[in-house]
Order: sequence, then structure tokens, then C-alpha cells
Amino acid sequence: MAQALQRAMRDAMAEDPTVHVMGEDVGTLGGVFRVTDGLAKEFGEDRCTDTPLAEAGILGAAVGMAMYGLRPVVEMQFDAFAYPAFEQLVSHVSRMRNRTRGALPMPIVVRVPYGGGIGGVEHHSDSSEAYYMATPGLHVVTPATVPDAYGLLRAAIASDDPVIFLEPKRLYWSKAEWSPDAPATVEPIGRAVVRRAGSSATLLTYGPSVPVCLEAAEAARDEGWDLEVVDLRSLVPFDDATVCDSVRRTGRAVVVHESAGFGGPGGEIAARVTERCFHYLEAPVLRVAGFDLPYPPPMLERHHLPGVDRVLDAVARLQWEAQS
Amino acid sequence: MTVQELPGATAYPAWRLRTDPAPLLPDPEPYRVLGTEAAAGLDRELLLRLYDALVHGRRFNTQATALTKQGRLAVYPSSTGQEASEVAAALVLEERDWLFPSYRDTLAAVARGLDPVEALTLLRGDWHTGYDPRERRIAPLSTPLATQLPHAVGLAHAARLAGDDVVALAMVGDGGTSEGDFHEALNFAAVWRAPVVFLVQNNGFAISVPLAKQTAAPSLAHKAVGYGMPGRLVDGNDAAAMHQVLSEAVRRARTGGGPTLIEAVTYRMDAHTNADDATRYRADAEVEAWRAHDPVRLLERELTGRGLLDEERRDAATEAAESMAADLRGRMNADPLLDPMDLFAQVYAAPTPQLREQSEQLRAELEAEAGR
Ligand SMILES: Cc1ncc(C[n+]2csc(CCOP(=O)(O)OP(=O)(O)O)c2C)c(N)n1
Repeated sequence: MAQALQRAMRDAMAEDPTVHVMGEDVGTLGGVFRVTDGLAKEFGEDRCTDTPLAEAGILGAAVGMAMYGLRPVVEMQFDAFAYPAFEQLVSHVSRMRNRTRGALPMPIVVRVPYGGGIGGVEHHSDSSEAYYMATPGLHVVTPATVPDAYGLLRAAIASDDPVIFLEPKRLYWSKAEWSPDAPATVEPIGRAVVRRAGSSATLLTYGPSVPVCLEAAEAARDEGWDLEVVDLRSLVPFDDATVCDSVRRTGRAVVVHESAGFGGPGGEIAARVTERCFHYLEAPVLRVAGFDLPYPPPMLERHHLPGVDRVLDAVARLQWEAQS
Repeated sequence: MTVQELPGATAYPAWRLRTDPAPLLPDPEPYRVLGTEAAAGLDRELLLRLYDALVHGRRFNTQATALTKQGRLAVYPSSTGQEASEVAAALVLEERDWLFPSYRDTLAAVARGLDPVEALTLLRGDWHTGYDPRERRIAPLSTPLATQLPHAVGLAHAARLAGDDVVALAMVGDGGTSEGDFHEALNFAAVWRAPVVFLVQNNGFAISVPLAKQTAAPSLAHKAVGYGMPGRLVDGNDAAAMHQVLSEAVRRARTGGGPTLIEAVTYRMDAHTNADDATRYRADAEVEAWRAHDPVRLLERELTGRGLLDEERRDAATEAAESMAADLRGRMNADPLLDPMDLFAQVYAAPTPQLREQSEQLRAELEAEAGR
């Protein structure tokens, strides 16, 4: 996936001289995850820039660059280190178009490696999507597959609006379905996709939890459940159509994500589904999420992250009538 | 073990920067021109231009303040007493340059040529930014403190990459210098040698908090040396001094010399805004002392003393200011026409399905309201 992301940036930079990559260690080192590897060499340090260590400064400078017609692609080194840039994000990036009535669009991409499961020490494993989702004016996108990593990042860079591009850290090294020479397509932002068709319940998920849900769906077959897995891909805008179409067919739904459940994306998604599909539902929409705690130390993270068993437990609870 | 003692290391390893701090340090006495010998060399036309702008600016401030009392403005942070640095900031810039004002700097935007009504849309409450920033080269007035400073750096940097000799001038208050964005912006600008001029208007207070509770630095201009850029202290009420020091910094930036930090030492004559009670935190005597150092009077005294300003010239300036004020009053007295559907127009380039649904809801509400 890291390679696909890198190629997306390289292709965008080659096609459009206004695309600039910037962040901490993105130049000579190629980023701590090597996602920007080679870009500084190929396009020069003016287009792939090692900035001073200052997240607010990086994003604030990107705002000014966007004002002058550039398309900055900002790398935040880790999820929890993007927080110093929050003020620029919520006070300026997200609302500049709106407050200037369209005169100053903000075609900025903020790439944030997010989520756990890589054995990182504290501040290296947060799932910060709920904060971004709660900020109108931002698009929030997260790929779960290698082709989507390319396709969605191309779309994000081409977007005239700011896009928070959440990169699931533990999928950086996944290789499936893609080679650097494979034909690459741009994937429009805002469309969910059915990753696995099924008829007895829908798993609604995104990013790092997609492979977990696909595995759970395979395991559930033995128990007589034919699960549909919907990869949301874009949290803002939200694809109500694809989601509701699936849930109306299956009549049951579980939302699965890593970030804390309370105040998390699952609550919003469950509410939307309930509001739109109430008469089709055989059971309440359930949530499987990380516990409501600060991200645990790496030796305990497997107990925190929603795994296949927890998803299957939820699926079992979908037999609501039998239960109550 | 010191660096020198490390085997094979030199006193100045390659990664260690060497900059002589002396030329970066500000003269601890704020730079003044008016009333000194140096004033004799000043250009007459420039002085008169500054005078007109000051008179105009003062009138704009009193008119905008009056509009708050009539409920025509939601709020107005007056820059009365600070007009010299406000108008100098606008006048030193070329058309292609950019101004990055804070919420107090409406006057700088007006002095740059922005229609006063457009400049006041934010404070009037009819929309956030009433003008096209790109067309005017004036960034939206920034309310979160110091957050506009990194924008100025980014824009200046982008301009330089494009090969344009554009300068960005960014304004901030004394309180704003304590914010992290101030630090990050100065550091970025210096490292990138971005063509930016930072203008701190030290008007004594951040709402109620005096400078001494804001910083322990010798002066705000002294902060520059830590970033590796020159710092300059100026009498912010001396329009000629402000113009000189700002012009010099703009020239330096334009010719590749990098950023400058300028501290204008001035005073906020009015309260923080019309909603504030300044008697709670400062004595009348202090305000009176500053009244004797009023920027308009200072320049007037100089011009009159040198026989450059007669009654006629003075009346002309006053009249021009009066007609601006009358026009502003007249146009602000009409209720702006607002279309509620505009709420949804510019959240994203194209509305999301969610916003489309919500705009339909509002449309239905409006139709129901109209039918009632
Ligand atoms: C980030 C932020 N914190 C707090 C405020 C509230 N606030 C508005 S003006 C002000 C004082 C600013 O003082 P100063 O920077 O000296 O500028 P002045 O108003 O004196 O021009 C404060 C605290 C704000 N606008 N932004």
C-alpha cells in the first residue's frame, strides 16, 4: 500500500506542477513509513520539502500556499502528532472556502497514518477519524485496499476541497491485488463499495477493520451466516445509498471500527442506518469498536482492537428475537 | 565533553548554524523621525499622503465605533490611536503584495483600498468575508490569534517558488505573540527565507492583560534574534518612522533578504471592543499621557511646523474623510439582503448528499414561512 500511495503522489506531481508534498522527514528520508520515498530526488526539495518540526506551522503554511494556487499534500508523521495542527484545520482549512464564499478554496490533502496494530508505543496508534468527521468542510477518506490507496489519493489530490486522508498503518505493507505497473484508476470520493456480497447481515466498516471483517465473514459461513461486508472508504461524505441498500436487503447491521465506541463514528453510522432503514431492521444496529480508553500499550493492544471473535459475537447477537 | 573535545569534531560542526546576533538585535529605543532632525529629509508628498490617510483612518474609526452604538455593527475593535501603523502597513505594499490582517486591522484593509462596507461585513455579521481576498490581495481578517501568520509565510514561500517578487505583510497584536502559531510562523519564515514582514502592534494590552504579564522578553522585537531574523522597534504613532522601517523591511524581503520582525510601540486609545470596560484595568492618566502622543497630531505638528500644511489642505483632508463617513453611514443604514440558501453554497466545491438533503429541508421551511 505504501508503494501505491507513493505512486499516486508521483503521478500527481508529474501531471500537475502545483502539487507540493511537505512534512517532517518526507524529503531525504522519504518519510518514516517511506511513503514519500524518492519524491524529493525526482522533483526537487522545493516540491517535496522537509519542513521544520511544527504541525501547526506546516498546515498553516499549506493554507498560504493554497491561497497562492498550489496544491499542498501534507504528511502528518503519526495520528497523535497531528493534534497541534487542529486549530489550523478547524479554524481555517475546513472553513476558508465557506467564509470567503468560494474565493479561497483549500485544495489541501492531509495524510495521516492512523490506527494501531503495529506495536507502536503511546501516541503512535490513535484512531482520530471522529474528530475530523465532526468538522464540516473536510472530506474524510480512508482506503482499505491497495488499489483504493492509489485511486483515492489521486482523487484527494485532485479535489478542490481539503481532504483528510487516513492511511491505515497496519495495511502499509499489504501487497494484495496490485503491482506498481498495474493499471491504476482514480476512485471518486464518497462512494462505499461492497467488498463481499452476502444476505444475512451487513458489516459496515472501513480502513484497518476491513480485512478483519472479511475474515469474520468467512468464519461466519460455518455458522450459517452469509455476511455482506461494506467498505465505507469515505466517512465524509457518507454514502447513505450503498449502505442503506445493503442493510435493507440483509435486515441486520454491525458497524466495526477501531476507534473508541463512545462518541465514535459507529454511533453516527448506526443512527443514520436506523433513521433510514427502521422498517427493514430485524435487530438494532450494533457496534463493535475499540474500548473507551486511551490507546493501550502495545503488549495489550490485541485485547483492545476489535478482532474476528468480537465481530462474530456481535453477529450472533443480531438474532434479536430469539434473544429477548 | 564539549564539542571541541569530541574526537574528530570541530568547534562548528556542519549542522551547527553560525549567525552573528548583533545585526539582528533591535535598537532598544523605538525609532522616531517626526520632531527630530531626520524629519527634514522626508519627502513632502509622502508626508501629505500619510496625513490624508491618517485623517481618513481616524474618521473611519470614529464612524465604525458610532455604528456599533446604532446596532449596525455587531462589534468593532477600534484602532484609534494606532492609525499610523495601520495606514503605513497598507501604503508600503505594492498592488501584487498581500496583507494578512488580524480582526483589529480593518483600517489597514481600508487604507489598502478596500471598500469600507466590504471591509466591515465580518463585523457587521452579514457574511464572514465580504470581498474576494485573491482579487484584493487581502487575506480574510483573522479572529483566532496569530493563525494568519503561517498563512502569510506559506503564501510568500509559494510566490517565491513561482518566481514572483511578492511580499506578504502580516499583522498581529502583542498578545498574539504568545501563541504557538506566532513562533512557528517566524521560525518557518526564517528557515525558508520567506519574503514576509511581521508587524506586531504592541498597543499595551491583550484585552485586559498588560504586556508585562504577556512576556518577559526585553521587547517583542527582541524575539526576532532567536529565529535568525532582524528585529526592529519603532514608534508606532510616528507615521513617517513606521513607513520608513516597513519600507525597508519590504525591500529586504523583496530582494531575497528574508523576513523581518517589527514591533510598533503604540497604544489602544479605546477599549478592546465596544463590549469591553477599559476602566477596570487601566488608569485615565495613562490614556491621557498617550493622547499627547496622538499619531494624527504628531504628523500635523510636523507638517504645520514646516509650513507644508495650511488651513486649506487640512480642510480638504477633513472633508474627504467626512464624505467617506457619510457614505459609509448611508450604506450601512440599509439592511443587507441575505439569501439563507447561501448557507449551503460554499461548504464544499459541490454539496455532499447530506448537505443537499439539508438544503432541501431549509428550502421547504422557507417556502412554508413565505406561504404563512
Ligand atoms: C486563539 C485565540 N484565543 C483567544 C482569543 C480571544 N481574544 C480576542 S482578542 C484577544 C486579545 C488579543 O490581544 P492582542 O494580541 O494584544 O491584540 P489587540 O486586541 O490588542 O490588538 C483575545 C484574548 C482569540 N481571538 N483567539
